[in-house]
Amino acid sequence: MTSLNLDFSVLDRPVRKEADELTSTLENDVLCGINTHDQYFTIPRVEDFSRFQKDVVEHVKPQHGTTTLGFIFEHGIIIAVDSRASQGPYISSQTVKKVIEINPFLLGTMAGGAADCQFWQRNLGIQCRLHELETGKRITVTGASKLLANTLYGYRGRGLSMGTMVAGWDTTGPGLFYVDSDGTRLKGKRFSVGSGSLFAYGVLDQGFRHDLSIKEAAELGRRAIYHATFRDAFSGGTVSVYHVGPDGWTKMSGTDVGELHYEYYPADAVENPERHGGGEGDIFVPKKREHEQNREDGEKKKDSSPEAMET
Amino acid sequence: MDSQFAFVGSNFVVVCADTTSVQQIIVQKSDEDKILQLDKTKLFALSGPKGDVSNFGEFVKCNLNLYRLKNGRSLSTSAAAHWTRNELAKALRSGPYQVNGLFAGYDDQSGPELYFLDYLATMHKVNSSGHGYGGMFSLSLFDKHWVPNMSRAQSLELVKKCVAEIQERLVVAPEKFLIKIVSEKGVEQMTMVTATGEITSGGPSSAMPSSSAAVDVEMKA
Repeated sequence: MTSLNLDFSVLDRPVRKEADELTSTLENDVLCGINTHDQYFTIPRVEDFSRFQKDVVEHVKPQHGTTTLGFIFEHGIIIAVDSRASQGPYISSQTVKKVIEINPFLLGTMAGGAADCQFWQRNLGIQCRLHELETGKRITVTGASKLLANTLYGYRGRGLSMGTMVAGWDTTGPGLFYVDSDGTRLKGKRFSVGSGSLFAYGVLDQGFRHDLSIKEAAELGRRAIYHATFRDAFSGGTVSVYHVGPDGWTKMSGTDVGELHYEYYPADAVENPERHGGGEGDIFVPKKREHEQNREDGEKKKDSSPEAMET
Repeated sequence: MDSQFAFVGSNFVVVCADTTSVQQIIVQKSDEDKILQLDKTKLFALSGPKGDVSNFGEFVKCNLNLYRLKNGRSLSTSAAAHWTRNELAKALRSGPYQVNGLFAGYDDQSGPELYFLDYLATMHKVNSSGHGYGGMFSLSLFDKHWVPNMSRAQSLELVKKCVAEIQERLVVAPEKFLIKIVSEKGVEQMTMVTATGEITSGGPSSAMPSSSAAVDVEMKA
């Protein structure tokens, strides 16, 4: 799996033309009146910053479409995400890693700007590690999500675009927070974020029970993302499912949605016990399509002769 | 679209707010506590962008607490409300907080008090008020039904009238309302289900609808 290769050069120190402008970055920021936060990066020195920002955002902001979800149940937390990145109508990658592994007990998901999410969740990882070194204890999920929310709130109105979930396990048990670039931070048990979230919510809310087994819960997460990728053009690729338990997170699966499609669609016809000898044709039952028929034939052949070619 | 309203009773103030957290068309959460308890006898119901609300709310709460630790006594409701207004006024000319609020409190000297605040740093001492669309529906009901020195039972009846009106006329009526009553004794919490008008004691997460209540792990805001 390849990771998304982003151009971070806009974040680099700008090349200054005139010698008298060669003051330190910090001084520049203070002079410009923009050093409002202790975590800052160099801001491009251009005449019209807001216009520059608008222009640049169009170039560096892939991944407006995404589906991510997370929920807490009896045995921990399930996080499931798709892997598609798009730039306008163009699918720029099908193999984006949208779960960011902050540390062995904390996960972050990304929706919105890929660069923003990667940069700031890495930054969150640093802050969490520093907290560990300072206090000798692992940071709580509450604390970690608050650090991220404070960072994002400090940059509000500066064009960041993020919708993330921070999930993890700490001394209080499982924790799940929704944090976005407006500075919103919500504690909850069930969230879905991104353009496909409406579709994912549909499946997730219907199938959710607190006493789901880990296997069932992972299956629910996978299904919810699959159905979102089916309806949402901006979601797709593979479905990754993570589980967070008392011993930290584990990746449970990464499945191509194409494969899931054969498994999940069309839905099995429901047996209706109230129907006795109803006439055929008054309910639409989709016929098995060619590839399914072929697949079944193939499987049969495989059973009989081990040399049968796979399709 | 936050809905909140509050009014003064005989020796208490009733503050009501919806408990939904909405992003565009999605209800992200339906058990959020939007009425901040600043100290034993002060409540602050805030509405606006969620980042501003939590940031400003915590700022006010922490500063009032700091004052108490430094001076060994709390500010009166009036003083605290005026300090809050002043902070909003300061923020107005430098990256404003877009928050509207209802500041309620009880103190021994002046009894129950309610202050209306908006993001432009307007403040009024009022007997009843509201913010948001839901609040607007309740304003006229307060004009018609509010009387001085209302009892607890009368007050809850008035809350029911407001919530019923919101349920009937507001296009996106929230699922639940959180009611907090601040009096000499401190703060009491109740939750009202919008559709039925049923009131149960406790916070919003303790009154989950349907069967999920049994398996729900307690959630603290």
